[in-house]
Amino acid sequence: MPKNERRRFLQLSGIVALAGCSQQPGAKVDEEKLPSALGKPIRAYGERSQFETAKRAVPDLKRPQIGSTRTPLAETEGIITPSSLHFERHHAGVPDLDPSKHTLLLHGLVERPLVFTVADLKRLPSASHIYFVECAGNSGGEWKAPGGPNVAASFGLASCSEWTGVPLKILLEEAGVKPAGKWLVAEGADACKMSRSLPIEKALEDCLVAYAQNGEAIRPEQGYPLRLVVPGYEGNVNVKWLRQIKIVDQPNQTKDETSKYTDLLADGTARQFTFVMDAKSVITYPSGGQKLAGPGFQEIRGLAWSGRGVIEKVEVSTDGGTTWTKAALQEPRLPKAFTRFRLPWKWDGKETEITARAADSAGYTQPSREELTEARGANSQYHYNGVKMWKIGADGSVKNA
Amino acid sequence: MRSLLVVFVLGVCAFGQKYNVGRAASADEIKATDQFMAPDGTGLPAGKGTAADGRDIYSRRCARCHGAQGQGDEEGPLVGGKGSLKTAKPLKTVGSFWPYATTIYDYVHRAMPFDNPGLLDANQTYSVVALILHMNGIIGERDEMNAQTLPKVKMPNRDGFVKDNRPDTGKKKK
Ligand code: HEC
Repeated sequence: MPKNERRRFLQLSGIVALAGCSQQPGAKVDEEKLPSALGKPIRAYGERSQFETAKRAVPDLKRPQIGSTRTPLAETEGIITPSSLHFERHHAGVPDLDPSKHTLLLHGLVERPLVFTVADLKRLPSASHIYFVECAGNSGGEWKAPGGPNVAASFGLASCSEWTGVPLKILLEEAGVKPAGKWLVAEGADACKMSRSLPIEKALEDCLVAYAQNGEAIRPEQGYPLRLVVPGYEGNVNVKWLRQIKIVDQPNQTKDETSKYTDLLADGTARQFTFVMDAKSVITYPSGGQKLAGPGFQEIRGLAWSGRGVIEKVEVSTDGGTTWTKAALQEPRLPKAFTRFRLPWKWDGKETEITARAADSAGYTQPSREELTEARGANSQYHYNGVKMWKIGADGSVKNA
Repeated sequence: MRSLLVVFVLGVCAFGQKYNVGRAASADEIKATDQFMAPDGTGLPAGKGTAADGRDIYSRRCARCHGAQGQGDEEGPLVGGKGSLKTAKPLKTVGSFWPYATTIYDYVHRAMPFDNPGLLDANQTYSVVALILHMNGIIGERDEMNAQTLPKVKMPNRDGFVKDNRPDTGKKKK
């Protein structure tokens, strides 16, 4: 048998073994009536099928301009989040900016303060990279109790896109950063002029001034027409509607790096400038709110990511954390991007708990909730990355454990 | 060799710039756009105000959301929470948590009142900032806040912040 065929045979026999050789009754569906009439005409901008319903989880808010929507990660496949489902977090609503009038001012401790139009930025050398963006507050509810009922509720403030733009390093070199320039402050054009400070080393390392997301212009709620993309760092520093960057000698201590996005510890002190998002993973199937059709073959699927590099390993436990099995990782595994993991599994129809933990190229393994709260207490609010357990009932229902 | 040549040609296009894309920013447009403020007082505008001056504007423009005494109403409180940071129910406010007084000016100036940011002029902003500090027992009712005095206000939780010292978790499992 040729090598490829032999491998396929082995895989197939594995599945048969999983299924225990007994064919299960398949679900019956209504007969499909193929249309004989002509279909819809061509159209200029596509839409998904009327039968698809995945949508962002939108909370009921007193002021819908300040709040967040969550990506239904359990209803996405692969590693790219459709732009239409990318989570939102706004502090003063979504501005409607005209790209022909929008500019980026770069000034402060530089030799040559510069103004770039959006067209200028598109003329400069460009780069495309797939990066996740995760709000520091993602999974924040789990600090007090692991209560999130489904993936969107406890992990949905994370999404992953291909971002295209000009490397910030190029702009900084054009302006010529003076030796005293150790930080920058970036400001958005939203009503609250959201602003954050960032160390200059990171700006020179891998930040992008992005104008495109997943092949088209950035969506308004993601910062149209310009967004600062800061790979692996908490979402809030990925300043949307970017309008100015000032090079400074000290962080500006803005509201969103003092009052918010600082991590309160058990001793009452708070960590500040905790930029990097640590390794994290979640099983998206089977996950909270879903129902298994019956015992037998299941492909356990999930997502893992780390702000410190590449996902090296994801282990899955189907017995509540007693034993662990390595999941297959979909290539290419990209730094600071989602990685899809999968594990074939035969569910015996009995109640159990399933969970996953990720390890990254920096040698870091995702901690348990106990390990996290022991180190930090339960008041941190931000940067929760403990493992998440799902409980499968004998009836196939999946709930938060 | 070819690419080196290209870089060289680009490199001589403009003084110090490789691509010569974008234009020089004028001092005026920088001044009009730059509203950043640093904790050492850099960027604070001229103007002044006391807590007493701030009562009127606060009651008309802030109290609805943050409460007449800053205790919180439709939105979160601006006072209180002292001594709560170590407890199971920490209350983080300007008084109990914020490390720098300049941040209050910067934030109110850029973002408040929430539904009408930019409404207050410099004197009004110094005045409500003074009032918030006073309601938290940090300054007196007649203490004047301006570009010189505000950076010198020592916030109660000034020393409550530490650097990122992760990883504090995540050692390899067997
Ligand atoms: C319409 C309601 C509303 C009004 C009026 C309003 N605020 Fe606010 N304020 C908010 C909201 C909402 C936030 C939270 C914003 C965020 O988290 O990004 C906030 C946050 C703040 C904060 C930061 C609190 C913290 O601990 O992080 C301060 C300080 C503040 N407001 C001061 C003021 C002042 C001073 C005024 C009057 C000039 C004012 N606000 C008027 C809604 C309001």
